[in-house]
Amino acid sequence: MTRQPIPVSRPTDAPRPAVPAGLVSAPALRPPRDRPRRMTNLLRLLPYLKPYRVRWTAMLVAAFASLGATIAIPLMTKAVIDGPVRHHDEHGLWLLGTAALGVGMSEAILWFIRRWLVSRATMGVERDIREDLYARLQVLPMSFHNQWQSGQLLSRIMNDLSTVRRFLSFGIVFLALNIVQIVVVSGILLRLYWPLGVVVLISIVPIAATVLHNQRQYTKFSRMAQDQAGVVATGVEESALGLRVIKSFGREDYVYDRFDTQVTELFDIQLRKVRLQARFWTLLEVIPNLTLIVVLGLGAAATGDGRITLGTLVAFITMMLSLVWPIASLGFLLSLTQECMTAADRVTEIFDAPQPIADGPVNAVSPAGRLRLRDVGFRFPSDDERDSGWALRHVDLELAPGETVALVGATGSGKSVLTSLIPRLYDVSEGSIEIDGTDIRELTLPALRSTVATAFEDPTLFSLSVRENLTLGRPDATEAQITEAIDVAQAQFVHELPFGLDTRIGEQGMSLSGGQRQRLSLARAVLATPKVLVLDDTLSALDVHTEALVEHALRNVLQDVTGIVVAHRASTVLLADRVALIEKGTITHVGTHAQLLATVPSYRYLLAADDELDDGAEPDPEWSDDDRRTGLREQHDVDECTDDTCRECATLRSRPTPYGATEGAGR
Amino acid sequence: MTTTDTKTPAAEQDSDASLRWRGLMADSSGEDLVDHGSATRRNARELLGSLLAPYTKLIAALAVIVVIENAARLSVPILVQFGIDHGIPPITHHHDAHDLLVIVAVLVGVVAVQAASRVTFLRQSGRIGELALLDLRRRVFRHFQKLDVTFHDKFTSGRVVSRSTNDVEAIQDMLENGFDSLLTAVLTLIGTAVLLVVLNVELGLICLISFPVLVALAWWFRNASRRTYREVRESAALVIVQFVETMTGIKAVQAYRREPRNQEIFEEVADRYRAINEKTFRLVAIFMPSVDLVGNIMTTVVLVYGGWRVLEGHMTVGVLTAFLLYLRMFFEPMQDITQFFNTFQSASSALEKLAAVLATQPGIADPEQPVQLGTVQGAVEFDNVQFSYVEGRPVLPGLDLHIPAGQTVALVGTTGAGKTTIAKLMARFYDPVSGAVRLDGTDLRDVDQPQLRRHVVMVTQENFMFEGTVADNIRFGKPEATDAEIRAAAEAVGADQFIGELPNGYDTDVAKRGGRLSAGQRQLVAFARAFLADPAVLILDEATSSLDIPSERLVQRALETVLADRTALIIAHRLSTVEVADRVLVLEHGRVLEDGSPADLIGSADGRYAALHRAWVESLA
Ligand SMILES: Nc1ncnc2c1ncn2[C@@H]1O[C@H](COP(=O)(O)OP(=O)(O)OP(=O)(O)O)[C@@H](O)[C@H]1O
Ligand SMILES: Nc1ncnc2c1ncn2[C@@H]1O[C@H](COP(=O)(O)OP(=O)(O)OP(=O)(O)O)[C@@H](O)[C@H]1O
Ligand SMILES: [Mg+2]
Ligand SMILES: [Mg+2]
Repeated sequence: MTRQPIPVSRPTDAPRPAVPAGLVSAPALRPPRDRPRRMTNLLRLLPYLKPYRVRWTAMLVAAFASLGATIAIPLMTKAVIDGPVRHHDEHGLWLLGTAALGVGMSEAILWFIRRWLVSRATMGVERDIREDLYARLQVLPMSFHNQWQSGQLLSRIMNDLSTVRRFLSFGIVFLALNIVQIVVVSGILLRLYWPLGVVVLISIVPIAATVLHNQRQYTKFSRMAQDQAGVVATGVEESALGLRVIKSFGREDYVYDRFDTQVTELFDIQLRKVRLQARFWTLLEVIPNLTLIVVLGLGAAATGDGRITLGTLVAFITMMLSLVWPIASLGFLLSLTQECMTAADRVTEIFDAPQPIADGPVNAVSPAGRLRLRDVGFRFPSDDERDSGWALRHVDLELAPGETVALVGATGSGKSVLTSLIPRLYDVSEGSIEIDGTDIRELTLPALRSTVATAFEDPTLFSLSVRENLTLGRPDATEAQITEAIDVAQAQFVHELPFGLDTRIGEQGMSLSGGQRQRLSLARAVLATPKVLVLDDTLSALDVHTEALVEHALRNVLQDVTGIVVAHRASTVLLADRVALIEKGTITHVGTHAQLLATVPSYRYLLAADDELDDGAEPDPEWSDDDRRTGLREQHDVDECTDDTCRECATLRSRPTPYGATEGAGR
Repeated sequence: MTTTDTKTPAAEQDSDASLRWRGLMADSSGEDLVDHGSATRRNARELLGSLLAPYTKLIAALAVIVVIENAARLSVPILVQFGIDHGIPPITHHHDAHDLLVIVAVLVGVVAVQAASRVTFLRQSGRIGELALLDLRRRVFRHFQKLDVTFHDKFTSGRVVSRSTNDVEAIQDMLENGFDSLLTAVLTLIGTAVLLVVLNVELGLICLISFPVLVALAWWFRNASRRTYREVRESAALVIVQFVETMTGIKAVQAYRREPRNQEIFEEVADRYRAINEKTFRLVAIFMPSVDLVGNIMTTVVLVYGGWRVLEGHMTVGVLTAFLLYLRMFFEPMQDITQFFNTFQSASSALEKLAAVLATQPGIADPEQPVQLGTVQGAVEFDNVQFSYVEGRPVLPGLDLHIPAGQTVALVGTTGAGKTTIAKLMARFYDPVSGAVRLDGTDLRDVDQPQLRRHVVMVTQENFMFEGTVADNIRFGKPEATDAEIRAAAEAVGADQFIGELPNGYDTDVAKRGGRLSAGQRQLVAFARAFLADPAVLILDEATSSLDIPSERLVQRALETVLADRTALIIAHRLSTVEVADRVLVLEHGRVLEDGSPADLIGSADGRYAALHRAWVESLA
């Protein structure tokens, strides 16, 4: 079977490794079984107990010893009454009394020891799983995160793990104790008078039936409830993140109604759970009591016949009474067990999620930054069959070290998707991307991602200090480097914040203006000193003057690095040496800005802004006002177009152009 | 706000060097709302009271049911004893089972009563618990929605989630199982205490001596655990905040190799959470066995003293045995009580947190007597408006601005000049520090939110998408809109084309935060949303910044029709968008430097707008 436990990455009290273990090695989780059973996933978490095995063993020993004491106390009492008290033995009374006191005290002490030990052991387990889960979530790819509701993840890392903790801290102990107690007492009962003992054993049948029947339903409900808790958490998070939109439309009621449906559903599920529990718990209390009555009746008959003494019957019934509570509390304990198994299922789901984006073997040290996209195709993983379109197809592009290419395309043409392939936020579906001739899938992720830095179209800031936000990609940056990056991005405003670089910027940078957020995000990318710098429309929220300043500074930065600049505006395009026009997921033309402007109508259509508002929405192939632009073109012509840098798509190939370089392979 | 903490927040944050990465906030009062004074505790109690208030009758009925149930449960062993003592002898002596049968019949009846009352109690108390929880969830959600943007800026969504889920669930434990054990335990306790004293006054009174000890223990535990439980809640919030932030920004986390640092931070907070949980656990580890110890010592004392009394002949063995039996019954529920006490302590710290949230008054409140606006023309006036986010750092030093109804005003200026701030004041996200913003001559502070929101709508710089389909997201602008209206709105802004190309058209799921759409597509949807809302005053804060130029052109064309008869404030860096405006304001450091029609401003040779425009034209190669 595939049940070898993987060694736990971190021993209890050993110093924490510099690189968190969960990031580099597998979590301490057993592989799934071939034929999973209900318990499987819970058992798979067992290796997490390993670092605490000494405590656990000690705790179990203490628990059973204290059970011994618990049973011994009434026996001592009985001994005192039957012995010294009946026989007027004052010395014996003191002696046995002291012994009873000793037993009583040791019970309390053992109990204390158990709880003390259990606190570290279970909290430690909870923390370890939590940290590994977080580590795993951090490395799971974007495609995973797109599909999972954030609240579902949150409810796993908080609720489910605390359920596991509760189960471990007392559920499992009491379950074991109760079962042992039930077995032991049943054994004693059988020895006392076996016919009645058999009656007690038979009563196990309805109990087991109740438990089994309940288990199936309860499993269903607890899964539903825990999932719905995730839905509710998602709703809450969304309502907080989208608060500004909600407020600006005054849609509090609308959002509340949505939330209300979610919580009401949670309420309904919980109510069904409560009803089921009520029935289940009651049955588990009633069955032993009914058995007691049967035993009383039969026992009386047996005593009447003289088959047993009254004393035996009394002993028997007293013993039986002590079974009522352990059996009744099974109800609660089994519910908890079910919940814990469900929690384990939900947690292992994440550990089992495929992790397609993994490290390659090559740890490139100083790449030159030659970037090459070979026939790259990409489609989003999707459950929806209709949604099988390619977001990118047949993308070929080569960037020499130090070269900058602008990516121009209509809204939704695939620019951002393309940029996210380079740091492997997604993996290409076909073709390959190479840096210095090495497929990026061959590189380790840290190597790749320190080579490539992206400023995203949305700033994605964190509610941390400005410094922490800036040094995200380079924690060891010096003050001078930080200042330099700030200057490039024209983000000097950070110095004027109340605590300068130590000011915490609100969630998602909400305490900054739109342009300020964008500049921070730009500075962050620049500070990472990558070999490949990707700027995804990062100047859109800047005013013309600031934009010009940033562009000026960026030009220097882009001299040394390979750059991809997504642009909607001609001014940004001019940062680049060449321009790639992307249309519906394919790069159709590559050339200088001037070339494309002159020869490609769809490019002109995309970038020319001075036409009148009543211009058609369709591209106008007969562009008329080339004159003014020619002047600009001459200013910005960077290099001559070569065969493979200037392409035209097949549909446009027939059109005569002033450039003789249109015979590049078109698609 | 309820915070009365006198320590300066910055100093307090500094002292916590391990959390330095979080950065400093000029005003961290939003962080942890609770001041831990007696008022907070009272608030927490009042909150609990008000949650349970609708069920007082039911709770009273349940108390009766619990009494019945407990009476039934306690009488089972007594009846069995009785059966042995009085039912069996007749059988052994003259084979007369009558008495026993009667007792068995009574027993069956008693068990039936116990079952019925137990099931009723569990169901009803569970139902009350769930209802109270539902109520609490709704209240907290509503209240968070009511609180203003300033509050949320500081509080962060992670904390909102933490309060609404984790803290609520801490109360769930108490509501679901707490009352069951509490009521049962207290009743058993009182019942047996009475029995003990009745059975034997002397021994009974000795037993009651343990009471002060128990009370002292409870007192100690309450004080010791209160602080730690509060810390549990706050450190849980830290874990959640870190988690939520990481997952929200996972793209940047991965792209910038932030994982190791995040892991470090997370392990720090997770370990704090563990440590504080462990601390509470250890308090319980001291508390519960101590109670048990008291019980065991009491048992021995009774045993020895009672045994001695028996030896002396002052007491019968039977009485002593019975007494010891009931003594066990007395101490057994003590464990339940302590357990409940523990749950209660944990829940009450959560209640404190929630009560503090609920007690926080929104900075932007509805007036007592809102002015009814009637039909709104849409004239907006800023009357000497001063505004600052952080005290002493004015963003708007004093703005006077009058926008007549129906006018389209464009706001341009360098980034950080205060454009969005003006928009937010107009939409009353914030109130001015001094001066007034008026709509049709009515101070916005005199208008209630629903009216204001109907007439003034703002498309923010961040186009938040909600979970659901494209159509759902557009419908957000007008929940009662028909599908046809939604399509019309999308068509008007030129979003219909891309929506048509989506696999399921309008019914395509936009995925988490609209991840299924490109940035420009999100902007189009957000714009269609505002279009559908059809307000008297429309504020567009860079609604076209991510669009390609042709799409922008389409939007502009839509704007021309949309804005024809309504007041509009357009903020844009792309001056092509500005050209649809009747009037342009150039803003710098919160001051209006130029004000005029686009043509006039372009005309003035040395004007800022003219310079801006020149630069813009140049940028359009
Ligand atoms: N997670 C996803 N699943 C499926 N399709 C997606 C997903 N994300 C984006 N798309 C689709 O892929 C296409 C390209 O999106 P992308 O974000 O790359 O556009 P873009 O060129 O960056 O546009 P913009 O200029 O608006 O930012 C869009 O049509 C979009 O609908
Ligand atoms: N919630 C906030 N808390 C504190 N300061 C803020 C907050 N929001 C904005 N600011 C500050 O107020 C100033 C004006 O911001 P505002 O958002 O109005 O600028 P803007 O003109 O819209 O700029 P942009 O063109 O970049 O969007 C900025 O310096 C900004 O840092
Ligand atoms: Mg994009
Ligand atoms: Mg702004």
